Amino acid sequence: MWAAAARLWLPPRPGRGSPAGRPRSAGPPVPHRLAAVSEPTRVKGARTLSGPGDGPAVPSSPAAQGLLPDEPLTELAARHGLTPSSARPGPVIYLKQLWQRRHFVLAFATARNIAMYSEARLGQVWQILTPLLNAAVYFLIFGVILDTRRGVPNFIAFLVTGIFIFNFTQRSFIIASRVINDTRELIRALHFPRACLPLGYIVIELQQMLISMVVLIVIVLATGEPITWYWLMVLPAIALQTLFNVGVGFILARIGAGVEDVSQLIPFIVRTWMYASGVMFFIPALSTLYLHAKLSYLMQINPAAVYIALVRNSLLTSLRHTVAGYRPYNRQLCAAGLHQQAHGVLHPALLNSCHLVVGNSSLWLYGVGWAIAAIVIGYLFFWQAEVTYGRG
Amino acid sequence: MAAADPLVVVDDLNIVYRVFGSRADRGTAATAFLRILRRQHRPSVREVHAIRGVSFVANRGDAVGVIGRNGSGKSTLLRAIAGLLPPESGAVYTTGHASLLGVNAALLDDLTGERNVVVCGLAMGMTPREVKERYQGIVDFSGVGDFINLPMNAYSTGMGSRLRFAIASARSHDVLLIDEALVTGDAEFRVKSRQRIEELRAQAGTVFIVAHSMAQIEETCNCVIWLEKGKIVQAGDDVPGIIDAYLAATGGQPLNRGNAKN
Repeated sequence: MWAAAARLWLPPRPGRGSPAGRPRSAGPPVPHRLAAVSEPTRVKGARTLSGPGDGPAVPSSPAAQGLLPDEPLTELAARHGLTPSSARPGPVIYLKQLWQRRHFVLAFATARNIAMYSEARLGQVWQILTPLLNAAVYFLIFGVILDTRRGVPNFIAFLVTGIFIFNFTQRSFIIASRVINDTRELIRALHFPRACLPLGYIVIELQQMLISMVVLIVIVLATGEPITWYWLMVLPAIALQTLFNVGVGFILARIGAGVEDVSQLIPFIVRTWMYASGVMFFIPALSTLYLHAKLSYLMQINPAAVYIALVRNSLLTSLRHTVAGYRPYNRQLCAAGLHQQAHGVLHPALLNSCHLVVGNSSLWLYGVGWAIAAIVIGYLFFWQAEVTYGRG
Repeated sequence: MAAADPLVVVDDLNIVYRVFGSRADRGTAATAFLRILRRQHRPSVREVHAIRGVSFVANRGDAVGVIGRNGSGKSTLLRAIAGLLPPESGAVYTTGHASLLGVNAALLDDLTGERNVVVCGLAMGMTPREVKERYQGIVDFSGVGDFINLPMNAYSTGMGSRLRFAIASARSHDVLLIDEALVTGDAEFRVKSRQRIEELRAQAGTVFIVAHSMAQIEETCNCVIWLEKGKIVQAGDDVPGIIDAYLAATGGQPLNRGNAKN
């Protein structure tokens, strides 16, 4: 049983040879409830496939009664427990739905990751080659040509750590800002919480990042760093960074879905950010910042710098022993160390007697803070626009 | 009576969507930056009022055909029912998930059919175990055979749409929306898909079908909605009557039903 309520309702003319070219666009819009008319012709028995319970004459049928003007469609829908199709679930239910689709997120990420290099002749080898080539290029420019190694005992490992960690955030952001537009067909075809998509893309980046971590560990060992228990701290550091990336990724995904220009701008912004985050230099050792403790502080607590520093401090024993604050504060020793450093001579034994600007424990606090703030704000921000993503 | 059980209620629905015209003006990062600095809008954004005040009710077990000329809002209506386009005003009420199956719904084109089955099954909310159980059934139904191990961009149009239909119909949906997805299948597949649609209807779901083949609508559907410029011209369960009126209005050949019926 089925009935139609149309603003423009014309009595259907069954049988061949109905009048062609009826005026279809005439008349002002009529409120739909007044126009909700059940089909008078349904008694003609023209159904090709009879639905369950094909009733007799319509006017007396209860189904038709339900569509008479005295019952608004909203109430009819409510009575039958129907909900708006583009309704947005609450943030907690949405989180549950997201959890239900965790297998989808992983399968989607794995499948994408495999497809990414399927056209290349070297295939999956690129997963290792890409970070290696990146490291080589940056080492050539910043280690050899510009020589920004001031204040750093093991520059190669220092630089490569910075690049790999920053690369994870950088790629996550760039890809998240494009994700909705890239997967529009999938969004339009299937129903699932859209947050799966930025999540899946960042899981891909995480997988790539873990592969580069293997490369990184080889480099770190090759440059003479010892294996210590501190290495385990890399795991929580990367976990926090991933949370942060997902959070900001959510924000960028929503913005990028609405304004495609954003995905063009992100690379600029991220590159600028890279230079402010001490990827290729050691912020506390930057001589131009000696007199600007506040600026140095701000640079060191920016999320990228925080996560880079956390991983570096965990992996690089040589750096950890150089960091200010490693020994009790001693004004004279510190001043001597700074003086020598200003002249380009690195003297860890003196420098580590300085006050720390941002110590390791505050770095962890900032790391946790950034991650929680990003994930909460990003999640809510993305969820707010959930129903708009397939649009346009 | 099961018939008094509405599954899709469309209440004075209006859909407006914005189209980013030509892709040619995408430009480089620098021009995008300049445009934002100058606070210019994209030159090619157009608003399309695709659905204008449509209301109807579809019950459990209905197979609803949506007909109309190109650009009359058929696909938009389906996408609105699926909840993929938020309404400008009015509302679509439905239960559960409505799944849309479109002819150009490229799933993940660079992946193999096999992976598409798994990923899309999971996306539809199946558990990994359910996917495993139904995998063979999906592949058999689609009839793509050995091609299941090849990327989907190596498929012919017909094979692609067969696989998509097989995936989407593997799960029982309350509402299944089929947007010209069955056009490209061969005769054998049309029979199979018709049976599958019948099964879905028997499970008390509602099926919406957009097609330009009037014969297909008439043999599959028990109600028809005729859309024109985003408005309903005629709607009801007098399928042959409305189809004839539509064919007459659009100058098409009347359907030759012959004596084959019944």
